[in-house]
Amino acid sequence: MPQTYIQPSAPAPSSGVAIPREITTEPRFSDRVFRGVVTTGGLSSLAILGLITIFLGYRGFEVLRQEGFNFITSSTWAITTDDAGNVVESHFGIAAMLVGTILCSIVAVLIAVPISVFTALFLNFYAPAWLKKILVSVIDMMAAFPSILFGIWGFLVLMPSVEYWAKLLNHYLGFIPIFHVPAYYFTRSPFIAGVVLAIMIIPIITSVSREVFSQTPLDRIQAAYALGATRWGMIQAVVIPYGRGGVVGGAMLGLGRAMGETVAVYTVLNIVYQVNWQMLFGAGGNIASLIILKFGDASPYEIKALMAAGLILFALTLLVNAGADLMVKRFGGNKR
Amino acid sequence: MTDSMESENEKMDTSVKPTSLGSVASNAPKRAPGTLAMGRGLEARGIHAWFGKNHVLSDVTLDFAAGTVTALIGPSGCGKSTFIRTMNRMHEFIPGAAMAGEVLLDGKDVYAPGTDVTKIRLQIGMVFQKPNPFPSMTIGQNVLSGLKLAQLKVDNKDDLMEECLERAGLWSEVKDRLNAHGGSLSGGQQQRLCIARALAVRPQVLLMDEPCSALDPGSTLRIEETIRHLSDSMTIIIVTHNMQQAARVSDYTAFFLSDNGPGQMIECAPTSEIFSRPRDKRTENYVTGRFG
Amino acid sequence: MSTALAPAPTKPWKASPKDHLIDFGVFLLAAIVDFLVVSVTPMKGKLAYFFVFFATYLAFTTIRQFILRGSASAKDAFVSSLVAFGAFVTLLPIVSILVTVINKGSKGIHLGLFTHDMSMATPTDPLSNGGLLHAITGTLTLVALALVMSVPIGILTALYLTEIQGRFTRPIRFLVQAMSGVPSIVAGLFILSAVLYPITKSYSGFMGSLALTILMIPTIARTSEEVLRLIPQDLREAGTALGGTQWRTVAMIVLPAARSGLITAMILGVARVAGETAPILLLTGGGDKVNPNAFNGPIGSLPYYIWKSFNAGSPESITRAWAGLLVLLVLVLVFFTLARFLGSRKVAK
Repeated sequence: MPQTYIQPSAPAPSSGVAIPREITTEPRFSDRVFRGVVTTGGLSSLAILGLITIFLGYRGFEVLRQEGFNFITSSTWAITTDDAGNVVESHFGIAAMLVGTILCSIVAVLIAVPISVFTALFLNFYAPAWLKKILVSVIDMMAAFPSILFGIWGFLVLMPSVEYWAKLLNHYLGFIPIFHVPAYYFTRSPFIAGVVLAIMIIPIITSVSREVFSQTPLDRIQAAYALGATRWGMIQAVVIPYGRGGVVGGAMLGLGRAMGETVAVYTVLNIVYQVNWQMLFGAGGNIASLIILKFGDASPYEIKALMAAGLILFALTLLVNAGADLMVKRFGGNKR
Repeated sequence: MTDSMESENEKMDTSVKPTSLGSVASNAPKRAPGTLAMGRGLEARGIHAWFGKNHVLSDVTLDFAAGTVTALIGPSGCGKSTFIRTMNRMHEFIPGAAMAGEVLLDGKDVYAPGTDVTKIRLQIGMVFQKPNPFPSMTIGQNVLSGLKLAQLKVDNKDDLMEECLERAGLWSEVKDRLNAHGGSLSGGQQQRLCIARALAVRPQVLLMDEPCSALDPGSTLRIEETIRHLSDSMTIIIVTHNMQQAARVSDYTAFFLSDNGPGQMIECAPTSEIFSRPRDKRTENYVTGRFG
Repeated sequence: MSTALAPAPTKPWKASPKDHLIDFGVFLLAAIVDFLVVSVTPMKGKLAYFFVFFATYLAFTTIRQFILRGSASAKDAFVSSLVAFGAFVTLLPIVSILVTVINKGSKGIHLGLFTHDMSMATPTDPLSNGGLLHAITGTLTLVALALVMSVPIGILTALYLTEIQGRFTRPIRFLVQAMSGVPSIVAGLFILSAVLYPITKSYSGFMGSLALTILMIPTIARTSEEVLRLIPQDLREAGTALGGTQWRTVAMIVLPAARSGLITAMILGVARVAGETAPILLLTGGGDKVNPNAFNGPIGSLPYYIWKSFNAGSPESITRAWAGLLVLLVLVLVFFTLARFLGSRKVAK
């Protein structure tokens, strides 16, 4: 027996004061091995995340030290080598890429969140059961589409439409700075990348929101209906306050995905080494795409710069994901 | 205060109202309608209820005269809760639910085609077994939440809030912390807050589904007092497992029983009769504690 | 006890035929107005019809409810249409993607695709030349290797979270969640910096598999954890009560009971990484010839093939890319459907 238990009939000490007996569990050898192996396996995620940080940091260290703070504040990406391949001069800055990454992801989240929340509400509170079942499968299926598919579809099918909308937005709302363009060029803009990313993260945000909404306590829903609420009145009074935090968490999860997406963005975005906040203009930046773009013919030293860029991207997504996780845990659970 | 209200009720009990409970009406203790508009009460005509293929309630016909308190008693699973949920159309939220029969509020069928169900629920309020204030709202907002949900306008919200909390017997306890969250109250206070919330939209009828089953005896007593006060101004139907409670608060008692089939209403009579000389043997067995 | 004649159950709250007729009338009216508006204004295209129709329908139902029942009902009707619209917008790209891939991809599908590789053809050649054999075998090799590496780690992680529940449970759950957000390109860069440059110094399928493993572990760990959580606690207690060690209880009772769920977790992991492109581009080198050895030399794969064909830019090569996408999508969806099918009975009864 691996465990020993206190016998209920054990005689009390004669003093009359009960002394708690310690329950000792002496695991068998096989169990100790088992626990050791499982714990090692369990700690692998820690090891992998740690190793990623260490190796990217180690490789990128030289560049980061040379560039210092300029690495994230300047936008120049240039390297000159002599015939022997020695680096003559180099400037690495990812400001434009960083801004572009954030801009595209924010556009994506702003588009995806309302659509996802509407979809989640529709699935939970409006759709008949049979329709809900089908839609949930279809939307989950969409989450399994490979990203290169979104990229190529986005480039060949979606882009012409989105360009048309972008022109409309610019035409009617061009006086607002973010809809302004410095030149009449709309192809492969951050806006288009944002729309493609939005489509990619809608399934994620929808499924998190749906999950949170479906946990709304039934008694509160009934209380609202019993007070003469319409369906929307009930959602406003009960579902939204309950699910708000979870939706924010889901949105951040989507933001993290959007920031790390590589191939789809690379396909539809025009990479330009200049900070550009005007999302309709066909010039953007993206850290992940920069890596793909430069990797093919990069010199060893430039590779180090790409590693440093990867480290920044890793830190950024980790931060956003951690925040998302906390939000979902905090507000997605049983409290409130 | 409680005593004076009770003595008033005693006086009113002398008048007899003709619109209740057919054959037993003659010897029923009657209450006159209160001063507020109570309408003509609620009538259930041949109510059946199903969940999917499962027939859970069969042919219940009951009249609830305006200004009376009716207790529904019976063992678990006999369809009492289902029955009152058909009254304000909460029954239909359960997937697979179906029903037959009519529920007449002031003579109009609440299930008639084209009826705005939200208006029905404004007129027939409900208090649930478990207190369920909205945790995201303050105490004050909770009381007024029904108005907001139904987009009703009132002139003086503060007066209404005070009046409802007063009628629910909660005003003196919360008047200094109306901006606290509803969840900060004790269970009994939360339940009275739910009553106040139901009162704010001025329903004619109040349905209570075992309102005290989750509460301690002290809170139960407070709620029972509240029920007695409210019965001056509205029709109350209360489901309870507690026969003493039925005896304490109700004018009429209806006994429900499910005998391996759908739940049925076995007997409805003035409360004193149900407990002293029930006509049906099964009622007698139940109220004397032989089963249930 | 039973009543002789119970009336038929009714659902008076359901819409009557008359209600349906009126709804259809509003729908029809909105369609007519939509058609008129689009034909007289400069707006054009399918999407214009769609949006104008939606706006008109929204307006009509809202106004109708306002007249019938007042502002609360009007808002309710407004939101009802809005959320249905949201769900519709979510479906639009899915339908568009599926239709496009099937339409364009099927033009490039022929039997030779599955028997030839691209060693004797370039992406711009006529479509009858060359095939996908190297890409399909490559993808299967990569994924199989990644599966072999990630399944033990993923399931051990899940076992730690459900069976051991030591003091690291919370941090590890958090880290697994964080790991699922690691961008695929970062996983690629990591293998590049940690394995490829210092150790092997050459592209190979194994490098790609390592990156895919990192991406697969969180999916497998989280799905397995959910499955193991469904195993009733009394089953474990029964095992221990019979004198089994924890190891034996897990191996002989818990894992077998969760078998089909664990397979679901693996399949979901496969579906997650089969189409992964970025690390493949960094690590595998992408050959055009069937390479059965994942540890030596560049290896082709579906994502690499699609990427290469798409970037070649000629009409033939783009059709090749679509055909590759169709094959990849079918592969992913087969795995996904399989996982769904098995997942519907997560725990063996």
